[in-house]
Amino acid sequence: MLMSYALLVAWAFVVLFPLYWLAVTSFKTPLDVNGGPFYIPWRDFQPNLDNWHYIFVDLGPDTFRPYLNTVVVGLTSTAITLILGAMAAYGLVRMRYQVSFGAIASFAVGVVVAVVVIVAHVPWQIGAVAGFALFLLLLNTVARRFKRGVGNDDIAFWMISQRMLPPVAVVIPIYIFFQQLELLDTWGALIIAYVASHLPIVVWLMRDYFQSIPVELEESAAIDGASPYRIFRSIVLPLSIPGLVATFLFVLVFAWNEYLIALFLTSANAQTLPLTVAAQNATRGPQWWYMSVLILIMIGPVIAMAIALERFIARGLLVGAVKG
Amino acid sequence: MSGYVSTRGFRLAASTWRPIGARLDRVAGGVFILPAVIVILGFSIFPLLASLYVSLSRLSFSEGGVDLKFVGFDNYAKLIAGIDHVHFLGLAGPLTPVGFLVLAGGYGLLAFGLYRYVRGDDRTAAGLVGRLLAAGVAGWLLWMVVSTVLTSGRPGTLVVTIIYVGVDVSVQFLLGLGLALLVVQQLPGRRFFRVVFLLPMMITPVGVAYLFRMLTDTDKGPLYPLWAHFGLVDVSWVTNPWGARLAVMIGDIWQWTPFIFIVLLAALETLPHELVEAAVVDGANRWQVFWRIRLPLILPAASTVVLIRLIEGFKIVDLPNVLTNGGPGTATESLTLHAYTIWRALDIGGSAAVAYLLLITVTFIGVSYVNLFRRRVTAMA
Repeated sequence: MLMSYALLVAWAFVVLFPLYWLAVTSFKTPLDVNGGPFYIPWRDFQPNLDNWHYIFVDLGPDTFRPYLNTVVVGLTSTAITLILGAMAAYGLVRMRYQVSFGAIASFAVGVVVAVVVIVAHVPWQIGAVAGFALFLLLLNTVARRFKRGVGNDDIAFWMISQRMLPPVAVVIPIYIFFQQLELLDTWGALIIAYVASHLPIVVWLMRDYFQSIPVELEESAAIDGASPYRIFRSIVLPLSIPGLVATFLFVLVFAWNEYLIALFLTSANAQTLPLTVAAQNATRGPQWWYMSVLILIMIGPVIAMAIALERFIARGLLVGAVKG
Repeated sequence: MSGYVSTRGFRLAASTWRPIGARLDRVAGGVFILPAVIVILGFSIFPLLASLYVSLSRLSFSEGGVDLKFVGFDNYAKLIAGIDHVHFLGLAGPLTPVGFLVLAGGYGLLAFGLYRYVRGDDRTAAGLVGRLLAAGVAGWLLWMVVSTVLTSGRPGTLVVTIIYVGVDVSVQFLLGLGLALLVVQQLPGRRFFRVVFLLPMMITPVGVAYLFRMLTDTDKGPLYPLWAHFGLVDVSWVTNPWGARLAVMIGDIWQWTPFIFIVLLAALETLPHELVEAAVVDGANRWQVFWRIRLPLILPAASTVVLIRLIEGFKIVDLPNVLTNGGPGTATESLTLHAYTIWRALDIGGSAAVAYLLLITVTFIGVSYVNLFRRRVTAMA
């Protein structure tokens, strides 16, 4: 017991000290920061609100606009990702899929045709439609002859493999992609990008939680005539609240803090806060004091969310359900 | 398998007319998964193909714009065998006795694993080919690490990244598991610790990188008294390759331990606590409860979170970029930072080639991990 507390407090110190340093730095003047380490306000240095004043009043709109963008993009993309991802995860856990090699080959042929058409300077819309049409045609003719295919596990691995390529390799294609859709510098571009890139994480985390739900509950509901959708909504989702909450927090954090894609897809309008933080590394070197303020106001809402949602990650939810 | 709806291929829609509700039920499999598949596919296929093409070409400036010239595998050859191979793979030195021992031990383990599989009952041709391939690549990677790290040589960005991921993910897992086990106890104040332990993950990675640059400053940082005590104020850690790498790794561990912590905590919380209570009544001690009951039951979630951290860890870029700028030399440069630096130098093709080699490495490690480890601890892979 005492041992447990000692360890917990030790790690809490490791976590909190850097944050304490951020907090005191946000109240220091540049002179205080550069003058050497000062630890305790009023004793070692005189705290002042200059930096906070600069970020909130002098920068004003340049702080609030990215803030609003971050909130809107973060919450919207997280909600969509969680819904789509939980559905796909449930499908992968409780249903059996088989995508035949014929279907995959048809898709590949469609893509190749689309690429060839587009490289030949035909507008990309025509190329995409032609490729898709060919895909459907092959799917309904040739592909039917193939019996073997890939199953649930392969689909899941394909999804997670989409996160393996580092963003730096794909930012230019992604930029061109959204340029063609005329979505650059809008919330829409960031939301689509974040939903697509965070879906695999949701699918993988939620699969484990769904898997741990006793299947008897769903089977008895199915025997009573409940549809798969109803089982999912009324039985599975309520039982996986701890997992949903934890996953929601992660995806929110990822979307909230994403830097590189936001850097490429946004400029004045849809810029998000991580860009504002990085922008404090000016020609005169990093402006530690402004950076500290920005980081603190960035994590504020996420911490509030974590405190509000923490109680859902509580034990015993499943146990009650199985008994009742 | 308990699927009450089975779906074959894309033939989802029933051809005969049925009431809307029943038809919807029949296609439930597709309705559940297709939205996610379409979003991922629609968003990923063009960037994937485009960057593959870029990795096979060279960017040059011509009148009124840029030209992409197709050069085949030149960019890859340059990294693996050409002028950039020291940067990418590192410089091998003569093998030392320690290196020889490590190498011999590693190869012995690989051979033993293969031997056990061949003598086992459930061997298949595909499984054997896959394992031979895995052992070959693992052996090559081990040789790369040993010959550049345990010798007078120096590791390239591939080896440095592997070291980052290996050290970071192991430490994060052990710390996260330990913390989750501590917090899952019914201690007063545990809700406070839960929220506090999540905090590092919530800071934007760029912010964490700058925060650690502040903290590790030997002159103005909060650890100044410590450095002064050991007389290290003038000896900047940035100039020492292992000091700099350690700083990067500490930053990464600090930021991402919460991720593993919260997933394992949620997994521990959903365990039926009758199991633990029954074991305690039967006289099991805490050690046995952990090894025999809790650990096996959280292994599926644990293996998922480790896979996600492996994949994300290979993309480490902000910390080495901001903290050390990859230096001294290229000592702390990760693969993504490597891709990023030559991208800034407008070698777009080379940058895409580095990224694709990273993709191949991670795919290989991911597939091996799933097939050799994850399939054993969970029903699905």
